Amino acid sequence: MVILFGFTLNGFEVLAWENMSILEVAGFYGIEIPTLCFMEGLSPYGGCRLCLVEVGPVGKSRLVTSCTYPAREGIEVRTHSQKVLQQRRMLLELYVAACPSSKWLQDLASKHHVTEVRFKPKGEECILCGRCVRMCREQMMGEAIGYVDRGTQRRITTPFDKKSEDCRLCGGCMYVCPVCQLRCQGPKEESTLCSSCLNLYPPCAEKFEEVMCYMDPCAACELEKG
Amino acid sequence: MKTFCHCNNHYGLENSSIILFMQNIQRNCGYLPEDELKRLADNTGTPLMDIYSIATFYKSFKLEPQGEHTITVCTGTACHLRGSGEVFEEMAAVLGVGSGGGTSEDGKYTLEKVNCLGACALAPLIVIDGHYHGNVTPGKAREMIEEHYK
Amino acid sequence: MNALGLLRDVKELKRLKSELKKEKREKFVSVCGDTGCSVWDSKKVDEVFRRVLEEKGLSEEIPVKSTGCLGFCECGPVVIVFPEEIFYQKVNEEDVEEIVEETVVKGKVVERLLYHDPREDKKIVKASDIPFYKKQVRNLLGDNWLIDPGSIVDYFSREGYAAAAKAFTEMSPEEVINEIKEARLRGRGGAGFPTGVKWEECFTKNVENKYIICNADEGDPGAFMDRSILEGNPHSVLEGMMIGGYATGSNHGIVYIREEYPTALEKVKNAILKARETGMLGENILNSGFDFDITVSVGAGAFVCGETSALVNSIEGKVGEPRQKPPHLAEKGLYGKPTVVNNVETLANVPRIIRWGAEEFARAGSKNSGGTKIFSLVGKIRNTGLVEVPLGLPLREIIYEIGGGIKGGGHLKAVQTGGPSGGCLPGYMLDIPTDFEELDAAGSMMGSGGMIVMDYGTCMVEFSRYFLSFLSGESCGKCFSCREGIYRMLEIVEEVAAGTATLSHLDLLEELGEMVKNTTMCGLGKTSANPVLSTLKFFKGEYLAHIMENRCPAGVCRALVTVFINQELCSGCGVCRKKCPEEAITGEKKEPHYIEKALCSKCGICIESCPEEAITRA
Repeated sequence: MVILFGFTLNGFEVLAWENMSILEVAGFYGIEIPTLCFMEGLSPYGGCRLCLVEVGPVGKSRLVTSCTYPAREGIEVRTHSQKVLQQRRMLLELYVAACPSSKWLQDLASKHHVTEVRFKPKGEECILCGRCVRMCREQMMGEAIGYVDRGTQRRITTPFDKKSEDCRLCGGCMYVCPVCQLRCQGPKEESTLCSSCLNLYPPCAEKFEEVMCYMDPCAACELEKG
Repeated sequence: MKTFCHCNNHYGLENSSIILFMQNIQRNCGYLPEDELKRLADNTGTPLMDIYSIATFYKSFKLEPQGEHTITVCTGTACHLRGSGEVFEEMAAVLGVGSGGGTSEDGKYTLEKVNCLGACALAPLIVIDGHYHGNVTPGKAREMIEEHYK
Repeated sequence: MNALGLLRDVKELKRLKSELKKEKREKFVSVCGDTGCSVWDSKKVDEVFRRVLEEKGLSEEIPVKSTGCLGFCECGPVVIVFPEEIFYQKVNEEDVEEIVEETVVKGKVVERLLYHDPREDKKIVKASDIPFYKKQVRNLLGDNWLIDPGSIVDYFSREGYAAAAKAFTEMSPEEVINEIKEARLRGRGGAGFPTGVKWEECFTKNVENKYIICNADEGDPGAFMDRSILEGNPHSVLEGMMIGGYATGSNHGIVYIREEYPTALEKVKNAILKARETGMLGENILNSGFDFDITVSVGAGAFVCGETSALVNSIEGKVGEPRQKPPHLAEKGLYGKPTVVNNVETLANVPRIIRWGAEEFARAGSKNSGGTKIFSLVGKIRNTGLVEVPLGLPLREIIYEIGGGIKGGGHLKAVQTGGPSGGCLPGYMLDIPTDFEELDAAGSMMGSGGMIVMDYGTCMVEFSRYFLSFLSGESCGKCFSCREGIYRMLEIVEEVAAGTATLSHLDLLEELGEMVKNTTMCGLGKTSANPVLSTLKFFKGEYLAHIMENRCPAGVCRALVTVFINQELCSGCGVCRKKCPEEAITGEKKEPHYIEKALCSKCGICIESCPEEAITRA
């Protein structure tokens, strides 16, 4: 039996089912909350912190990630309060500073009126949102990539940074990456594709007949053609 | 493996988990060799990726062979206030290892930092092969190593 | 005494205790065997004591006890001779013969080894008369003097396991929980959550297989009270866990110890084995129908595993990342079962509450929290060591009356409580009581009880840099805001320390700090900005001096200081020239030397080597 209950979302009484996250409820009611690490079909992760919402009465509230926080009866949620927007903007500023070349992040930042970045640009290619890791495990039933090290040293790679025997070169990891734009560096170069997936060989159809390339058109192949 | 079992070793004292197995491997080999970890993955059915994640997440696991002697410099707050940072730098310079520590070229010494050993009255504290030395200064540290090398 | 057998019920336990009372030895020698003192070769002192007493045929009559930490680490190795409680400090092997000859045999005092009180300029004989001990209320640490942690008999003779027996046979779990609640016992690990409430939450879950975990992953740099309890009195923690297990309805306890504490691990393992042998752990304990067993888990070097959900992950053999809450551990903890995690010190308090009753226990303490708290008083303090005081005692009393003031006669600049998650409080705030709420309101926190004292030789910018760099390596890295926020704060603070920051950086730093505080998931992230925010609040002037004047007032930040030789004081002995690793010092014999600025790495070796104290850093 499905249990319906009510809670307050941005001042409105809304209804939700059990086991629904705040993000899902908000989406159902047409309220857009920005996300990065969240992806339908993958388990919620709560790592990017962008989907923060304010829960609790004013003065006693705290910020929680809406993708992981279950809607509960009677709670008070604000998705676009001053407190939320301020932190969200700061986060986006940090995101752009970390990965200045990502168009996705730039678009997101400009949508939220982030106009300046006060930090030194880092030029990273991975924000460790972990979509690829979850894609690999949960959808592709592979265990080829995962998190390594901790703190500021944390990165995503294959076991011992070598080509993984578990990797089937499905390319799912690259398909879900929100950051890298130019994922494939062409069939000649035997380097990393983007630091979030670290397949040492590009899954280009030209090179590997049994796999298909998710890029359409593949930027690297286009480059190759001239 | 995944279920709780507290009679794994003959004392029945330690919880069996992949971390315990890895600690045992490290105790036997001095570090975590890749082959051993692969075998562990096969034997326990744990993904190799998970084992690699654990091996890199926890700082006591070493993936490289260690030097003959281990020098640990405590960098806890009390030691830091009394100058353990300088002691570490000095030792790193003498042994020719990087600022993050490491093993000297001749494989004789491994220099590493540790968060706090809880002997704050003796700050700054260094441990050479399990022997504690308190109230160390950069000068004393240099002497200690130079004496060892003789 | 007969060999200890299995104690089948409470009667047998009581009989054993009355036997022990009869055989009680008044005379014995306690030698501190804790890590701190063992650095000063206390192990050898211990050995020599045993040998000398053996030679004199006194070893039967006067036992030597290798005890846990006696608290006064500054004076190590510490030896206390009972029953007179004569306190000898800095004892070495050669002194043992004399102590045995004079004190143990003749009952006389060896003057030269006594503690000298610098304030009143006199020698003090009795341990409890020393100001360091006099002001303390040593409920938890007091027994460390009297018992050998390796001996369960010693623990039995100090009312050991009486509380467990009382709880199992005379009280219902609800009554135990109520007693703990009334005692106002709050978690000593940092957050100060009421222990009774925590237990009740777990108790109300009607599930088979619950767990109680003792968090002995004491990662706070500069804190070692949990280690001392485990090494000095491990059975008190085990007993606390048993009672907790009974109250929450769990039959399995796990002690999670960090691997940097090998001695503690060994002592706890030994204590568990002894408790099993005597039937204090196992099935149907003391014929009460309650089964309980304890195992240990060893950490592998991660500060974040002190966070309860990360700790649970680590026990399960996973990467020690904190879990998303809800669900809370009391709903879904270890292996998906309701789990309670308590700190070592919290659990060590439990037997006393049951034995004494809540009222008596809470007599010490403040309005909101009962009992005592152990602080590890370290840094630039005269009496470094462990200090146990009633909650609510003002900081000033701890630092000046117990701690003896600042080492080297300097002035107090700041005191930091709560480890990397706490804040720095300036000298004028010393009168606030050490209470969870009061410290929180002041911008610091109780934390697990590290208390670091700083004088004017400490640079607050450098100090926050230290904690940030500590946390940047210890954060698990999952939350972007923690990982990146700490990295960026560190970047800015490093710029301040290098003198290249601008004023706008300070606002940015504050904004970042607030962001990290608000948006991260676990306790580590939420509190990681505290050192920065509190130093920005109370010591902004120091940040400004770095930025505006390119000057480090404490003379610490290397980029902003120079090392120079006072030409008038220099005798030209040449020691510094020989010692300098950079060969930056030149000068003729017997002539004043000088330092080549461009070559100097400011390592400070010359400063420590100069016999004339002519070299300074400013």
